[in-house]
This record gives sequence, structure tokens and C-alpha cells, in this order.
Amino acid sequence: MHRLKTPQDLEAWRKVIKQDIDPDRPRLRVCGGTGCRSLGGPQLVDALQRALDGAGQSGQVEVVVTGCQGFCEQGPLVTVAPEEIAYQRVSPENAEAIISETIEAGRVVEELLYADPDNGHRSLRESEIPFYSHQTRRVMVLNGKIDPRRVEDYLASGGYQALSKALVQLEPEGIIEEVIRSGLRGRGGAGFPTGVKWKLCRREPGDIKYVICNADEGDPGAFMDRSLLEANPHSVIEGMIVGARAIGAKEGFIYVRSEYPLAVETLGIALAQARECGLLGRDILGSGFDFDIQLRLGAGAFVCGEETALMASIEGRPGEPRPRPPYPAQSGLWGQPTNINNVKSWASVPLIIANGAEWFAEVGTESSKGTAIFSMVGKINNTGLVEVPMGISLRELVFDVGGGIPGGKAFKAVQIGGPSGGCIPAKHLDTPIDYDSLTNLGAIMGSGGLVITDETTCMVDLARYFMNFVQQESCGQCLPCRWGTQVMLDTLTRICDGQGQPGDIETLERLAKTVKVASLCGLGQTAPNPVLSTLRHFRAEYEAHVYEGRCPAGVCRGLITYEIDPEVCTGCMVCARNCSVGAITGEKKQPHMIDPELCTRCGLCMQVCKFNGVTVH
Amino acid sequence: MTYSIIDDARVILAGHTNGESSLLAMLEEVQGRHRYLPRDVLILISERLDIPLSQVYSVATFYNAFSLEPKGCHRFQVCTGTACHVRGAMQVLDRLETQLGIQAGQTSADLEYTLETVNCLGACALGPVVVANGSYSRHMTASQVDRLLRRIKRDA
Ligand SMILES: Cc1cc2nc3c(=O)[nH]c(=O)nc-3n(C[C@H](O)[C@H](O)[C@H](O)COP(=O)(O)O)c2cc1C
Ligand code: FES
Repeated sequence: MHRLKTPQDLEAWRKVIKQDIDPDRPRLRVCGGTGCRSLGGPQLVDALQRALDGAGQSGQVEVVVTGCQGFCEQGPLVTVAPEEIAYQRVSPENAEAIISETIEAGRVVEELLYADPDNGHRSLRESEIPFYSHQTRRVMVLNGKIDPRRVEDYLASGGYQALSKALVQLEPEGIIEEVIRSGLRGRGGAGFPTGVKWKLCRREPGDIKYVICNADEGDPGAFMDRSLLEANPHSVIEGMIVGARAIGAKEGFIYVRSEYPLAVETLGIALAQARECGLLGRDILGSGFDFDIQLRLGAGAFVCGEETALMASIEGRPGEPRPRPPYPAQSGLWGQPTNINNVKSWASVPLIIANGAEWFAEVGTESSKGTAIFSMVGKINNTGLVEVPMGISLRELVFDVGGGIPGGKAFKAVQIGGPSGGCIPAKHLDTPIDYDSLTNLGAIMGSGGLVITDETTCMVDLARYFMNFVQQESCGQCLPCRWGTQVMLDTLTRICDGQGQPGDIETLERLAKTVKVASLCGLGQTAPNPVLSTLRHFRAEYEAHVYEGRCPAGVCRGLITYEIDPEVCTGCMVCARNCSVGAITGEKKQPHMIDPELCTRCGLCMQVCKFNGVTVH
Repeated sequence: MTYSIIDDARVILAGHTNGESSLLAMLEEVQGRHRYLPRDVLILISERLDIPLSQVYSVATFYNAFSLEPKGCHRFQVCTGTACHVRGAMQVLDRLETQLGIQAGQTSADLEYTLETVNCLGACALGPVVVANGSYSRHMTASQVDRLLRRIKRDA
């Protein structure tokens, strides 16, 4: 690897790398992200390599293992370049066909193409699949296109250009001005303007300053940050170097959750490469600017995503938050001025510096510029990661990009912002999604985790789920959060168990307000949001539980019974065999019965019945 | 406490040179290697870093990833993140609890199995996800739990 001493070295090397790339050379890009890996990606890579060897093609065709590109549901994904044929759900058994048909004979393997779930229409290229065609990929543009383990790939795609510019052409104040003008707001939660935050930190006196990348991604059910780190770690590193230069920091930290082993590994490799070629370390590109980054692992505590807790954790202490002010910019890591940003915020910086603030602000709304990255999970056809302009409507997001709700069920609500967020019901489907409109609806942008729910999701149960989550994750320092969430959880559990009493709903509301205003950190201050927002939009559902002893969605175990329809039951005995508690009886080929006394309402019988013979009341 | 764990811990501790701020990283490495934090190692760390044992203990008990009890040979992690939850992770967890005869967070008396829950592994599109001894199983259902257990017992 080259050691780069000047920006000219960098450009010269980039030229060499680009010259070595033959754009017409056949290439198989195989997704190697966490999702595709667990679906058998590594075996697929081996099988492709073997098939290439067998066909004597291994010299001509390159197999590139890329990072996560977001359409995990359809994985493992293979793209054949230069034609950009997009194969999905590829198994090792398909390897031979891809090589003999597509590579050798130039024919498409029809059954590996994406098929529209509605009409079976097949799409040849990524750009023709609705999931991708409705997206505006900017921050994620290289996801799935490059090998994240090769800095050369990032350079060939224009990487580290922003760094050269930030070191040579721009003064620190100029960098900050550019980021302010772009309108970039923090992508980790509250949406504070990034450039302004940098300016505050730069203005603080002191020689020792730190920058931190928050890659704790605590929102359960969200994986935007994991995907970016796995697919394009250098964009985050480059953003941090630019930011450090602007702020005047010499040391940086990336705090990643340990539940993401692949992201940790990929980042480790990227940092080592950046160091080796002189993009990190002393006198970066001959500018006299020194900066290096250390990797720190989380240990499974949600509260460590909160900035003051995260810094305590880096210092080796329990991740307990402290009151702000002082803000990290004034007194952060080891008491020094510190700037902390989310993965996506850092990854946006090189784009802003390289392409200019105007380019960045071209998309988005008046108050929320650029694109937003969401992970869409739950009851949705296209589970995956999407990058869309800020201001897109929920309807477009759920139905055009997400492909709607599976099984013909009715859309109910979107829960956004995880345990700190709220839900948005069907009647607000046309609301443009940006920081401010979401806040008005009682939800928050959060880090971008969207959970789509349908008619079979109980909103009270969902609120209980989040309350249980925050109660477990509360650090326990302050009473409102420690006990307030406990009492709220007990109340919600009672309601879900069918033991709700008149007055419970009002107790929840009162407690929610107290916990919100009296808690020490953002965890407690936002913990009641899922309850408040479900109460706001689905109060009738709460009332049905409390006053009518009914769970309209058929979820809460204390309020439902399972029955077998004797007309439909064929007596196949599958349900009886699967029941863990032996609550189902019946003779072979005779209708079966569920004993409501023994039944634990686990719902397994309903899941395994091939004839839809189990109903819930 | 076997002697080798302490010896091994000495090697791990020697690799960390940032003093007190290495505490978390040290514990992570010991936990990764031995799947729990033996009492004697915590004492050793407090001596090496010259900090009170209570401080080591407070960090070791704050984070979910650490355990003060030995873990089983086979480790099951059931994701109970939101995406997995709405797709039925609780049924999967129920089934594992009944089949293994232990609750989430417990280890079987013969130190064969440990059952844990985790808050999202970032593989939400594949939910419900169960990680058995480091390998991911996707779209889990209760009947697939039985199949997974049979496979693990057969391989063991
Ligand atoms: C309980 C709690 C959890 C948080 N978790 C995260 C997280 O996982 N990732 C993140 O980037 N920010 C998280 N935040 C927000 C951070 O405190 C901080 O505002 C953010 O990292 C700033 O980066 P940004 O300006 O780029 O958004 C969390 C905040 C709270 C109160
Ligand atoms: S919620 Fe289970 S992997 Fe994300």
C-alpha cells in the first residue's frame, strides 16, 4: 500500500487505481452484509469461485464481496456487472447456472430475477425494481458497489477527495461554513444542526478536543448504521477527519455496539488501511494536521447511545448519563470539548465538502435538507433500508418503496423513532416526513427506524413492549425513570392481561407527563412517548381493553381464546403435535379441540395449521 | 478457578495500556474468551489498575454483555428487537424456554445450554432471528426451534 505524503500523491494513486480497472470486465458482486451472510453468502461465494474455476473463467471474471446494500429480505444478492443484472435469493446451487448461462452464454437466469409480488413481473436490473427506483441514494450510493475491505475501491469512486479539499483549499472556518450552509441536521436523534454544533466546539478554548462517532445504534429494529459501516466504512472515517480538522481535534473514537461483529471487523480493517496509507496519523497528506481514530466497543446497554453515557463508557465507567449542561462541546470526554455525531451525519460530510452545500441542499424540505435513511421492518413486503429525500410522504414510503402490507392486511400505523418515538396512524399517511412534521404528530425522526404495523398488531401491546424495553434499559440513577417506567409498565401489563381498571388510562397519562419532565436524561424524558402517542391516536383500543375486556387486534393473551373450526379441521394432528402444553386433543381425521384452561395462547397452533382452521376471538 | 484462566487473564491485561479507561475493553476481552467474568479475574483487574474492586464490579454488572456466572457450552440468543418482536419472537423464545427447561437469562444446571435475549442484531429483515453458537437462523418459528435443537444435539 502507498504511503501518501501530499494531496498530489493521493490523486496520482487514484489515477493508477482507476487505470487498472477495466469497466468492461465481467464482475460478480456478492453481498456480504450481515443479512446475506447469514443467508449463506460465504458458501455462495465459494460456489461461484468453484464454478468459475471449473469453467476456466476465474482469470477473466472477478468476484467482489461487497457490504450490506439494504435489501436483506431478498438476499443473498448477486449483481452481474457490467450489465448490472440483479439476481436475488441466490443459493450455492445456482452458481453453475449463473456462470454457464449469464457469464458464458450471455443469457439471463430468469428465475433469479426479482418478481413483483403482485403481478409476477420480473425486473432485470436494480434500477427497475420499485424498491430501488423510488430511492435517492446519496449517502448509501456505494453500498453494494464496492469492496469495503479495499480502500482502493473507495478511492476509485472519488473517496478522500473531500479530505484533500478540506486540508488544502479550506480553512477550518470554511469547512464549518459549508456544513452550516448545507443545512445538515444530526441523523442520530434530535436533529441539531451539525455545522452549528461544530462551531460551538471549535470556539471552546483548549488544545485537547475530541470527536466521536456514535455507532451504538440502540433503537431495536433499526440497522442503517450497521449497513453503512459494513458497506462503506471509509466514508465515515473521511467525515470524521474532515470534522476533526474543522473543530481542531487530534483524537477520535468510534463507539460501535458489540452486537455488530461484522461492522466492527470491517471498521478495524478500514482504520488500519487509512493509517497505513497516511490518511490517518501524523501530518495527514503533508498538511501538518495530526489525527487518529480508536475503536471502542459497547457492551449491550441502550442508554450508552445517549451522548454523556457514551462518553462515560469510553472512559471505562458504567454508562450512566449526567445532566446537561455542560454540553459535550463544553465539557465532554475527560472533561475536554468534544463533538459527537451519528454515523450517518459523519458519512454525509464528505458529500457536502466534495459536491458543495448547494448540491446537498437540492433535495429535502425547507427545514430538513438532504436525504433520510430509514430501515423499514415489521408488516411490510420489502423489508430493508431505504434512502429517500426528506419530505417524502409516508404513503409513498410504505406503499411505493415498501411494496405495501403483506397478506392483503390493512395498514394500521407506522412506529417511528423506536423507544423514544411515536406512531403515525393511517389518517396521516400523506404527511411529509421531516423533523418538524413528525414532532408535530407526537413522533420523532429518531435515527430512522420505522416499524410498520397492520390490523393484527395491538397498539397497547406495542406500547407495553417499548415500556418494557426502556424499563430494562433504564440506568436507574433517577427515580422518575427507574420507578415511573416500572409503574407504567405494570399498568400496561395489567391492561394487556385483561385486569385493567377504570382510571388506569388516566394514571398512565399523568405518570407519562411526570416521567417526561422529571427524568435526568433523554432516555427517561422520551420513554413515555410510545404510550402518549398510541393514546393520542388509538385511545379506543385502550378503552376496549379496559372497559370491554377485548383486544381488537386479537393479540393480548389475557383477552383472547383460540378455537378450532370443526368445519375446517381435517384432523391432521399437526397442531396437537406442536402444542407445548398438550392443550389440543382429538382423534386422527376428526376435528380437534383446544382446552382453554390448559392453553397458554402462544398462537403456535394457528401458525402451523395449513388449513387456516384456528381462529382467535 | 483453574490456574490457566488467571494466566490467560494476565496476558489479556498486559495487552491494555490505557490504565483505567481500558477497564471496559479488558472485561470485554475476558468475557469474550471465557464467556463469563471469574471473580478472581475481577480481583486481579482491580489490583492491576489500582482501582477499588467495587468500581470493577459496578462496570461488570452495568452492561448486559457481561456475566458473573459461567455460561453453557451452547449459547442461544433470541433477538427480541422490535422487528423480531412483531414477527413473533416471543413464541420462539417461549418454545426455547420450554424445550430447554430454562428461562431467558439462565444457564442449565449441567452447563450445557445458555438462553439469552438480545435487542436487535441488525438482521431485522430476517426476523425472528436466533443465534445459536454464533450462527444465525432466520425466520424462526416454534417448529423450527425444534429442528434447530435436534441439529445441535445431533452435532454435539
Ligand atoms: C436514550 C438515548 C439513546 C440514544 N441512542 C443513540 C444512538 O443509538 N445513536 C445515535 O447516533 N444517537 C443516539 N442518541 C442521541 C445522542 O445522544 C446524540 O444526540 C447524537 O449521537 C448526536 O449526533 P447527531 O447530532 O449526529 O444526531 C440517543 C439519545 C438518547 C437520549
Ligand atoms: S429486531 Fe431482531 S435483528 Fe433487528
